[in-house]
Amino acid sequence: MLEIRNLTVKIADEDKQILNGLNLTVNAGEVAAIMGPNGSGKSTLSYVIAGKEDYEVLDGEILLNGENLLEMEADARAAAGIFLAFQYPLEIPGVATMTFLKAAMNAQRKARGEAELLTPDFIKQVNAAADKLGINRDMLRRPLNVGFSGGEKKRMEILQMALLAPSMCILDETDSGLDIDALRIVADGVNALRAQNRGFLVITHYQRLLDHIVPDTVHVMSKGRIVRSGGKELALELEKNGYAAYSEAA
Amino acid sequence: MAAVQETIDQVKSIDVTEYKYGFVTEIEMDKPAKGLTEDTVRYISARKNEPEWMLEWRLDAFRRWKTMTEPTWSRVNYPPINYQDIYYYAAPKSGASPQSLDEVDPAILETYKKLGIPLREQEILAGVAPENRVAVDAVFDSVSVVTTFKKELAQAGVIFCSISDAIQEHPELVRKYLATVVPVTDNYFATLNCAVFTDGSFVYIPKGVRCPMELSTYFRINEQNTGQFERTLIIADEGSYVSYLEGCTAPKRDENQLHAAVVELIALDDAEIKYSTVQNWYPGDAEGKGGIYNFVTKRGDCRGKNSKISWTQVETGSAITWKYPSCILRGDGSRGEFYSIAVSNGAQQVDSGTKMLHLGKNTTSKIIAKGIAAGKSDSTYRGMVSAHRKATNARNFTNCDSLLIGDQCGAHTIPYIEAKTATAVFEHEATTSKIGEDQMFYCQQRGLSEEEAVALIVNGFVKEVLQQLPMEFAVEAQKLITISLEGSVG
Ligand SMILES: Nc1ncnc2c1ncn2[C@@H]1O[C@H](COP(=O)(O)OP(=O)(O)OP(=O)(O)O)[C@@H](O)[C@H]1O
Ligand SMILES: [Mg+2]
Repeated sequence: MLEIRNLTVKIADEDKQILNGLNLTVNAGEVAAIMGPNGSGKSTLSYVIAGKEDYEVLDGEILLNGENLLEMEADARAAAGIFLAFQYPLEIPGVATMTFLKAAMNAQRKARGEAELLTPDFIKQVNAAADKLGINRDMLRRPLNVGFSGGEKKRMEILQMALLAPSMCILDETDSGLDIDALRIVADGVNALRAQNRGFLVITHYQRLLDHIVPDTVHVMSKGRIVRSGGKELALELEKNGYAAYSEAA
Repeated sequence: MAAVQETIDQVKSIDVTEYKYGFVTEIEMDKPAKGLTEDTVRYISARKNEPEWMLEWRLDAFRRWKTMTEPTWSRVNYPPINYQDIYYYAAPKSGASPQSLDEVDPAILETYKKLGIPLREQEILAGVAPENRVAVDAVFDSVSVVTTFKKELAQAGVIFCSISDAIQEHPELVRKYLATVVPVTDNYFATLNCAVFTDGSFVYIPKGVRCPMELSTYFRINEQNTGQFERTLIIADEGSYVSYLEGCTAPKRDENQLHAAVVELIALDDAEIKYSTVQNWYPGDAEGKGGIYNFVTKRGDCRGKNSKISWTQVETGSAITWKYPSCILRGDGSRGEFYSIAVSNGAQQVDSGTKMLHLGKNTTSKIIAKGIAAGKSDSTYRGMVSAHRKATNARNFTNCDSLLIGDQCGAHTIPYIEAKTATAVFEHEATTSKIGEDQMFYCQQRGLSEEEAVALIVNGFVKEVLQQLPMEFAVEAQKLITISLEGSVG
């Protein structure tokens, strides 16, 4: 589903290289976890996949179902099925969450040549999804993420993911800032979306998230590369031994 | 830096392609030599066949103006204006005051058509319900070329004509009300306007009459190096109501042009005036070359008890805007409102706001000001709310929000509050939000294009003010705002 080959990336305005020939494959139906020390380039990888402009790709390719993502604008990538749950979700002043959700869903439908959603159908979908995630309906009337708590913002990311039904979901530290109950609710939300035709890339520092969202594969990232891959037991090993063994390998 | 450069490039390209009203009409014009002397004032007055009292009034203003100096307190910057390098009068040769549309130069009719303003009544009538009709006064450079639906309005007793015609036909009303709201020496630009004003609209709504249609004036500056000195006077007699709309456009030119207007509104007992502006003068290019200097004095006098004046403005154009539509709340129980959207992009500078002067008892006012700054523009809201000693129970609510797009623009809020009575209650709210590249990326990640994202955020921001405009203008204004901001985020 998602194939990344030899991805080499630097910051656009600086001489700073962050991803150094990274290789990674996520298959349809697979949940892949990425772990790695602070600053190893995990968020950068997620931004580059999603199409943020601050980076320059020096080499390599990213394919989604065979399509070359690097040639597409961020909004086209979203319509093609890439979703990124941000490590730090942005506040959108003055736009009610409901309004934003509808605009986003319709924009993607339009890009795929589908008809616009009818308002009653949309409201039904949103309410059902919000209830599942324990999101208060009053919150849907407030401007998106403005004044939301850290945990509320993360839940809102999962709500958007559920509504947009992407084929490739990237979750960047979605567990940070969540209390224990919220962690379970969010994990349940993600698990409910697991499907044959959908891939997940879950970036996290903690095993406790992976207790709830059990990964098929675990990758260790260090200094801009995947330095080791394994099954879910690899995460347990990392939790015990830390990343010391990998700082040399990179 | 790459993104910054890109923003600048995009804004530049907008100027060329997106200011739709930048065309020039080729037409033979009648104009005196450049420059301003007593002779210029006499020339303008003579061309308009004005009575002696009017000429004397102008000359008096001119002499006073010569003793005044240009104000410098606003947050706008521009090179000194050479008042001797401007044409003060320009009228189409075909005749300054045509009696019917057939006498209007077809090139002018074509111009207004291109601007989306049909002047032929039969074209307007086609398919428009009577209550949705709009009567138009079209001012082209220095003269009003035509006013539509005059007859139908006259049946209701409403006078709607150019100020030049009003001076000829209704001198008693003009003399009674002119400069009673904005005194001749109010400020430098207002005094200049008194000396050399050329045209504008005059409205009188008699007692108890609800004006049967929207009235509007479209100002067009066409000639090069020509100043436009608009003068508008609207009187709503006891218990009457009128809604009036003003629109403005100008061709793209490399040099700056001056628009110095004076607008006076008078509402007598229980009368209501709703005055809306969609200002879209040519803003100049991204570096600030060309564009209109819009220096305007607009003031309404709620002279009668329980009268109401409401200003709504959507300001997207002009290189520089200096404008504070205000209300004098003289009558007991009177109410003033100010709803404003000021959009600036490129190198535009806006210093705008309002004054609410509470003089009567139980007077109320409301101010909703939304400033959007993008590109390298600079936007200032300057507001004053004051209550006189006798203005017991004066109430004001002010809400003033700024939205910054990108990180090279600036927004400032300067509120002055002055209450001389302990019973006054003034509330003030202000917010500043910013849309940067990170927010744009977030929106795009959800599938919105850059234009869709800007439109979504901006429309949410200005909704409360747009609702104040008549429906069809609200739609136009919304489009205009979106176009003005296109490509403003890198
Ligand atoms: N726009 C930028 N300008 C300068 N440096 C940047 C930029 N973006 C990322 N970096 C740098 O690139 C490196 C990788 O950052 P990134 O955010 O991808 O790390 P991360 O693995 O997500 O870390 P964390 O676990 O702390 O979230 C860091 O050294 C960071 O400072
Ligand atoms: Mg990170």
